[in-house]
Amino acid sequence: MELLNPNVGLVFWMMISFLLLLALLRKFAWKPILSAIKSREESIHKALNAASEAEKKLSSLKSENEALLAQAKKERDEILKEAREAREHMISEAKEKAQQEAGLLLASAREGIQNEKMKAITDLRNQVAVLSIEIAERILKERLSDEHKQKEVMDSILKEVTLN
Amino acid sequence: MSKVRVLNISRVLMVLLLVGLPILSRSQQQGDEDRLSEGPEPIAEKELDFSAFIQHHIADDYLFHIAGDIAVPLPVIIYESGKGFDMFLSSAFHHTDENHLSRGRYLYHHGKLFIPDLNADGTVQMGEDGHLAGKHEATLGDLISGNKHVFYNFSITKNVFGLLLGVSLLMIIFFSVASKYKSRPNQAPKGFQGMMEVIILFIQNDVARPFITEKKVNRFLPYLLTLFFFILINNLLGLIPIFPGSANVTGNIAITMSLAVLSLLMVIINGNKHFWGHIINPPGVPLVVKFLLVPIELIGIVTKSFSLMIRLFANITAGHIIIMSIIGITFIIQSYAVGIVTSLFSVAMFTLEVLVAFIQAFIFTLLTAQMIGQAVDEGHHAEVKSSHH
Repeated sequence: MELLNPNVGLVFWMMISFLLLLALLRKFAWKPILSAIKSREESIHKALNAASEAEKKLSSLKSENEALLAQAKKERDEILKEAREAREHMISEAKEKAQQEAGLLLASAREGIQNEKMKAITDLRNQVAVLSIEIAERILKERLSDEHKQKEVMDSILKEVTLN
Repeated sequence: MSKVRVLNISRVLMVLLLVGLPILSRSQQQGDEDRLSEGPEPIAEKELDFSAFIQHHIADDYLFHIAGDIAVPLPVIIYESGKGFDMFLSSAFHHTDENHLSRGRYLYHHGKLFIPDLNADGTVQMGEDGHLAGKHEATLGDLISGNKHVFYNFSITKNVFGLLLGVSLLMIIFFSVASKYKSRPNQAPKGFQGMMEVIILFIQNDVARPFITEKKVNRFLPYLLTLFFFILINNLLGLIPIFPGSANVTGNIAITMSLAVLSLLMVIINGNKHFWGHIINPPGVPLVVKFLLVPIELIGIVTKSFSLMIRLFANITAGHIIIMSIIGITFIIQSYAVGIVTSLFSVAMFTLEVLVAFIQAFIFTLLTAQMIGQAVDEGHHAEVKSSHH
């Protein structure tokens, strides 16, 4: 059959053009295209790797930050706590001191009062003594102003002596 | 699932082709004889002889018909042993018949060229069987049978023109795509480049890699890509119904045979020790069976390529025949109503043929990849051995 019997000329042109096409496309199309696709694939791969590494770094940085923050918080809490303690300590110390001083003050005041009181008492006693001497003097003066009375006293005193 | 569907389509087309061809070729021969005996055909008869018209379209031609009598002249290059080369334009075939040979020697008839033997008085000699006596263009059958009564046709025929057009288009397309890759390195593909990349990656990842070992796949990828795009573009150009398309390149047995032979050569040249060893001396087979098995294996290599040749040729030719037959129904029945229906139907067939164009390019490439993959496979023995070391 005509249709199934290949023409020699057509086979000739076919082989020439196909092999030429193969050689040219192989050198100027397929190799550059395939190597470009491959290098792009590699660059995408590299970029993805870099991105995931950066993400890892970022997350580690984040956790570092968080740790720093936590430490800072802890330190702050400690400082606050110390400050609170110091404040309480100071207050209690001041209170104690005040109390002590107040006690001392009170004691010295009491002593002063005691001293004054004693002084006043001795003073009063002295004055009472002086006054009583004066009174006794005055009474004696009054009583011994006449003879009669003098005699009486004498008698009483003598009486008493004799009694002994 | 798609593979099954593909096989079904090609089977249907094959059946149609096998049933249709004998009928077509018989009427073609009748037409030839009628014309040679009666001279120019009446117009009405010419219109009705649609099978000859289809046959003419399917076959190669020296002229590229556009419409009616308008044809693009193509260079004719004839080599006749003893007489050397003869070159001229095919417009020389205008208004020639057996009484007016072009250039005094050539008879152009229904797309075929003859160099008839002449009688002493200058008239065309007829053979004893009533056919023309003389030289016809050499086919592979003539080369094999040693028929010396031929001339060699190196003309830029319609198919050669289509072939060169397809090849040039492929070069333009892929050189420009390659330059895009060069001008925009390591960037996402854009537009047409992206479309081509999808197909290139499909061939690489889904056609070549499943069959050919990773180490050797890059060696065969350029061939597989060229093969795929060559078949595809010629399939698609053949579907364009007007000049410069419409040449039935991939539906010509010379083209598919060349492609199949190249695929066979790839297997024969690249077949490794393991591959040939299994064919020439199949391990673990009794000697008696080897006498049976080795010829079968050897034939098997050739039949694979043979089926590649027939599959592509039959599918594309059948597609062209079906589309033209559907269109032809209108002209045979001569009814507008039928014309509307057949037009819609031919559009559907064209759509199907576009699908077939892709599928056939894919199948040819896939099976070639499979053949090469088998030929260069190192085998499991080698792998086991190397893993032991």
